[in-house]
Amino acid sequence: MSGLRRLLKQLLAVPVVQTRLSPVVAQARGLSSRHQSFSVVVGMAVVTAILPFIVLIWPLSGFESQPDFIDGFANAGVWVLLAVGLNVVVGLAGLLDLGYAAFFAIGAYAYAFGASPFSHLAIPFWPMLLVGAVVAATFGLLLGAPTLRLRGDYLAIVTLGFGEIVPVVFLNSDTYTNGTNGITALYQPWLPVIGDFGFSNPWPYYITVAAIIAVAMMLLYRLQDSRLGRAWMAVREDELAAASMGINTVTTKLLAFAIGASTAGLAGVYLSSKLAIVSPGQFGFTVSFTVLAMVVLGGMGNIWGVAAGAFVIYEIQSQGLKQLNTFFASGSFPALHIGFLNIDLSTINFLDYQYLLYGLALVGMMLLRPEGLFPSRRRRAELHDADDADATNDVLVQA
Amino acid sequence: MSELTAPPVLRAVGITKAFGGLVAVKTVDFEVKTGSITSLIGPNGAGKTTFFNVIAGLSDPTQGYIEFMGQKRVARSERAWLEPILWIIPAALAWVLTYMLGQAGASLEIVQVMILVGLALLIGTLITAVIRPSWYGRLLERLGIFKSARPNDMVNAGIGRTFQNIRLFANMTALENVLVGMHGQLKASPLDAILRTRKQRREEIASIQEAQRLLKYVGLLRRDDELARNLPYGDQRRLEIARALATKPKLLLLDEPTAGMNPSETAEMMGLFGRIRTELGLSLLLIEHDMRVVMGISDSVTVLDHGEKISEGTPEQVRADTRVIEAYLGKGAV
Repeated sequence: MSGLRRLLKQLLAVPVVQTRLSPVVAQARGLSSRHQSFSVVVGMAVVTAILPFIVLIWPLSGFESQPDFIDGFANAGVWVLLAVGLNVVVGLAGLLDLGYAAFFAIGAYAYAFGASPFSHLAIPFWPMLLVGAVVAATFGLLLGAPTLRLRGDYLAIVTLGFGEIVPVVFLNSDTYTNGTNGITALYQPWLPVIGDFGFSNPWPYYITVAAIIAVAMMLLYRLQDSRLGRAWMAVREDELAAASMGINTVTTKLLAFAIGASTAGLAGVYLSSKLAIVSPGQFGFTVSFTVLAMVVLGGMGNIWGVAAGAFVIYEIQSQGLKQLNTFFASGSFPALHIGFLNIDLSTINFLDYQYLLYGLALVGMMLLRPEGLFPSRRRRAELHDADDADATNDVLVQA
Repeated sequence: MSELTAPPVLRAVGITKAFGGLVAVKTVDFEVKTGSITSLIGPNGAGKTTFFNVIAGLSDPTQGYIEFMGQKRVARSERAWLEPILWIIPAALAWVLTYMLGQAGASLEIVQVMILVGLALLIGTLITAVIRPSWYGRLLERLGIFKSARPNDMVNAGIGRTFQNIRLFANMTALENVLVGMHGQLKASPLDAILRTRKQRREEIASIQEAQRLLKYVGLLRRDDELARNLPYGDQRRLEIARALATKPKLLLLDEPTAGMNPSETAEMMGLFGRIRTELGLSLLLIEHDMRVVMGISDSVTVLDHGEKISEGTPEQVRADTRVIEAYLGKGAV
């Protein structure tokens, strides 16, 4: 008992020790990402460990079997990766990118070229992750270079164009990409004990994507808290002032595009290996739009927030809408007949209304909570400045 | 050696800047002597800020050039048409080699790879040209091509500046604002940041200490964690100066640094400028409207009116110049 108490005391004493550090070191800790790397790894490990058990709890347990849930989570991981990567471009550097799916496609096709019977190559999955990221980053540089002088709306239009061009190129270069049919029978990832991952067992994919996300988030946190991260924010805040502080805005923006793209490349390699097929239809504008919606709804600029937002939104659209369907189909709800309107809830397929719901969610969010579900401290301050100022004044008056 | 006989840190020769038909600055010759405080004054619309922007590399002059520390930095580009040829040369060489290999009977794979290598070289040179690292600028210079410096080049050469309408990074803290100013001195690469090397961590801690020292120097105490937008007006001006000092300039350009300040704040600022000159050994160039500041601290005053230099000299000389009085108060006042 006393041992336990001592342990508790020691655990509680840690914060006290930290506050006694000299202000400089404390500040350096605050800015440094060492504790963030730690918290990202531990956080992802905890989430990964807990999720499989949560789905065993009622009412979730009634929806689907545990392996089906895990498979869904393994797919959700792709969107988390995409959102976390787009957050660098949109949230940190402030460059509105509507063609992000292009890099996703490039990553996926990179894996298809590297590991499929179609290309007669069989490079293992793990090095291909790196290759996919590097190839996507290179294209990020290429597509970023012509947009450097553009801002805001113009940038958005040009990136939109790129997002359309890339899938169309894959669609039309039949000889190299097998056109509409896409490249099929991609090789599965392989690990010593597990062997080939296969389609029946979702667990290896689930763990893999969690690990990829953890590494990506850790690296992005480190970049965000570095000289480059500050340069990204400075460019977002005021490009001219940033240039007048010695920042090469060209390099800074290109790096934002490249690093954002590399994360999408990772997501592409992972997804294509999981589905074992790539086709141009998978990378349309809706993908770019969905990821952007995830970043905005999750809380632009906050890595954890964006990741959580992407996960929640993916689960709502894949799992939530499906459950609405079964719920209304199973219950006996009276059909409404109002004039010429016939509303029968049991026959509506809610999955068809996915984008309507996105639209509504975005409008509602912008009106009620423009900083997103899980905002960064900075963005909350920015958008609730007036309230905060009032609050401080009240405190001062009372004092 | 007295300050006023020292060689100039900045020299503008025959600067003209025209926007279409409007000539904002007309053949202005100008010098800032090393270690001096020089003021640029003139009625509204006289072309002071335009002139400033030319010095800072924000816009290229229509004619004339800017020399900083004895080196020509800003002017119209010369022989810029040669540059695209330079971009193509590496790729062209690779492709010529490919052709020769093909003629010599090399296998198809080698030819394909060589074509790709050429493409990569072309893309690589193009991106290098867009980024324009300092070695690329030096290479151009050696080939007789002159490209005007960009703002970040001027900052890294040693010109720090503040803005007329404060342009802080509003949603970053005071400390972060100063850290952004130190960007050019920090050497850690993105790879260092990803790996969090010892070098990068040391550099971060050292830069934070330096930033705090600078904040203290300009008189911003215990405001490090405040977002810049929440600082009072006077503190924002101070923060802008701290941020400019963080770029380790040799010449500091201050665009109306005491605008909107009350007399006691203005007096404090004047004290700060004096300290910056004597303690940090910087040269200062101010645009200023407040005559107490101009006459109080300047070693030399230059007067612009309608884009032309109408007077130059010590504060006393300028004050006595009839053309200056005319420009400010009209002909009847003389």
